[in-house]
Amino acid sequence: MARRRAKASATLEKLLAAKEIVICCGSGGVGKTTTAAAAGAMAAAELGGKVLVVTVDPARRLASALGLESFGNVETRVPPEAFTAAGVECRGELWAAMLDTKRSWDDLVHQHAPDAKTRDAILQNPLYANITGRFVQSHDYIAMERLYEIHASGRYDLVIVDTPPTRNALDFLEAPERMADFFSSRLLRWLTVPYRSRIVNVATKPFYRVADAILGSAFLEDIAEFFLLFQTMYDGFVERARAVQRVLADKRTTFVVVSTLESAPLREAEFFMSALEQRRFHLGAVVLNKVLPSYLLDPGAAGAASRLAADPRAAAGALAELGDPDLAARVVEEVAQSFLNFRVVATREAEQRAELARTPDVLATVPYFESDIHDLTGLLRLGEQIWR
Amino acid sequence: MTSLLDRRLLFVTGKGGVGKTTMAAALGTLAAEAGKRTLVCEVDAKGNLADFFEAGPTGFAPTQISERLFAMSMDTEESLKEYLSLQLKMPVLARIGSLARTFDFVATAAPGVREILTVGKLAWEVREGHYDLVVVDASASGHIVGQLAAPEAIKELVQVGLVRDQTGWMLDILGDAERTGVVIVAAPEEMPVQETIELAARLEAETVVDLAAVVVNRVLPELFNETEEALFDRLRADDEHVAALSTAAGGSVAPILDAAELAVSLRRSRAGHLQRLRTELAGTELLYVPYLFQRSHGVRATARIAGHLGEELGR
Repeated sequence: MARRRAKASATLEKLLAAKEIVICCGSGGVGKTTTAAAAGAMAAAELGGKVLVVTVDPARRLASALGLESFGNVETRVPPEAFTAAGVECRGELWAAMLDTKRSWDDLVHQHAPDAKTRDAILQNPLYANITGRFVQSHDYIAMERLYEIHASGRYDLVIVDTPPTRNALDFLEAPERMADFFSSRLLRWLTVPYRSRIVNVATKPFYRVADAILGSAFLEDIAEFFLLFQTMYDGFVERARAVQRVLADKRTTFVVVSTLESAPLREAEFFMSALEQRRFHLGAVVLNKVLPSYLLDPGAAGAASRLAADPRAAAGALAELGDPDLAARVVEEVAQSFLNFRVVATREAEQRAELARTPDVLATVPYFESDIHDLTGLLRLGEQIWR
Repeated sequence: MTSLLDRRLLFVTGKGGVGKTTMAAALGTLAAEAGKRTLVCEVDAKGNLADFFEAGPTGFAPTQISERLFAMSMDTEESLKEYLSLQLKMPVLARIGSLARTFDFVATAAPGVREILTVGKLAWEVREGHYDLVVVDASASGHIVGQLAAPEAIKELVQVGLVRDQTGWMLDILGDAERTGVVIVAAPEEMPVQETIELAARLEAETVVDLAAVVVNRVLPELFNETEEALFDRLRADDEHVAALSTAAGGSVAPILDAAELAVSLRRSRAGHLQRLRTELAGTELLYVPYLFQRSHGVRATARIAGHLGEELGR
């Protein structure tokens, strides 16, 4: 398989053997989840040990590809028979879990609430359900939090995380930091002041006037109650968020950026790579999916296709044995035009790949699979492409 | 059924990477060509929209692209400022040194504020009749429901206050299928199709907004009809034919035939996904836009896609 390496010795195999946490990122629709699952399957099969793939993608297809009926927030082992059926002897264990934001938040509250009363008050607050369920920014934090919890538990040798689709590639990198900032913010204390003490005259403070005018005092009070309750968990939370942040920067953690060679995902991938570099996070590999076959770049074939397209009738003369010369000419022309069309795309994509500014240690390419991946055999086939 | 471009507010969404921004730009172009004063607004400020119009960076204040076409980027803080100055006539505003910080905080603390400032600004442009059509390059499919459901969520959560007062007319506009609709952009691939089907169900269940149309982008042309494919198969099966054609072409045609086979199989697996979309979304208007081999970005791609969309809409 066509592959370019910056370090001759670097492979995904070596990367995964050395690291304990792998975070897969990239824009939506580039095959991130599948890549994470394929890497996990290969690691379990080849390196052994206990490997967990955490996905945010509830796709049943992935569950069935892993030989599972379904999987949820609870970690589920992929049956060893699924590997046997794929003709692979799995040296280790492959586990899978899905990110359930609401459940994970509940777990956090259970863990950090000082007493049962506070815990229940938080869980029943209407704002709580909204913040954890309906509004999306909390997914980013919870993904990182969950990762930390799993890693700290020591239950796995390798954890591979498929990141949530973010509005902005940086959202989840910054999520722990933002969460810590948020809970320690002076503004949060300001907001809750009027409800903690009535000394402050609310009306005199522009901040409260703005907030009050926009949201109404009743809602503001709801918010304040919620955060007052949450503040009882403040220390635990901030400490936790900082720990999560440290894990991202840890030597044992690496990032795998997944992209296709289309310009928009590739631009996002580049942006992501520079963000990792800025934060001194480890960029382990770039995986390029759906790469068109290199024969499309063959100049000889391009010449032949141009000649066929220019005079399909003449070329079809060589195919007299196949019958109807008009039909043969049409086929020749369509085949030639199609080649030239795909060649344009392949050339553009090859150029974009060459322009990738940062070259990671591992740059793996995965060809365009003609069919979708439906089982572990397919995942392992993809895995083989990026592994060595 | 109301024709797509006769609505007043269109939210264009879809799984990442399917061409959401391109399609929003193309719909805007098409509407402007049809004589409508049109605003295209990018919600996730990635600055991609500008690429499709080649008009330089867009901001909260609309940039004029052509006679009737305008483009802007959403900025919720600016939206709040505008709202406050319009609704509250707040002199106090000048005294708030760091509105940004305050806003950021309120928006983080109070869920839905950011969303409602986005949706509210767009609905306001419609209400005030500043444009005939507002096309929104909205959030991707994972976030759009939260965005569109924000006014209801706020209405449930907030008992009094200006924000609540504002949700009424917003919901009137959003819930009116004559005026407002969602356009989901899909690609004929497994996951985008799956997400489109799921999103259609969620929009129905969780929001008041009507699904106006699904645009299937990047549809590959059919290479062969049946008799052509039969001939191709016979050609491919016999090395002598391949050799004869190579001689006639003055070079090996093996890669050309491989590429044709790839094109056929890609087209075939996509046809299966398309069929699923048609079955599951029976009754929804589906528009097809072909795969553009030559260009995927820029004003040229926008123009070509607008042309294809126009044909599909019978304009």
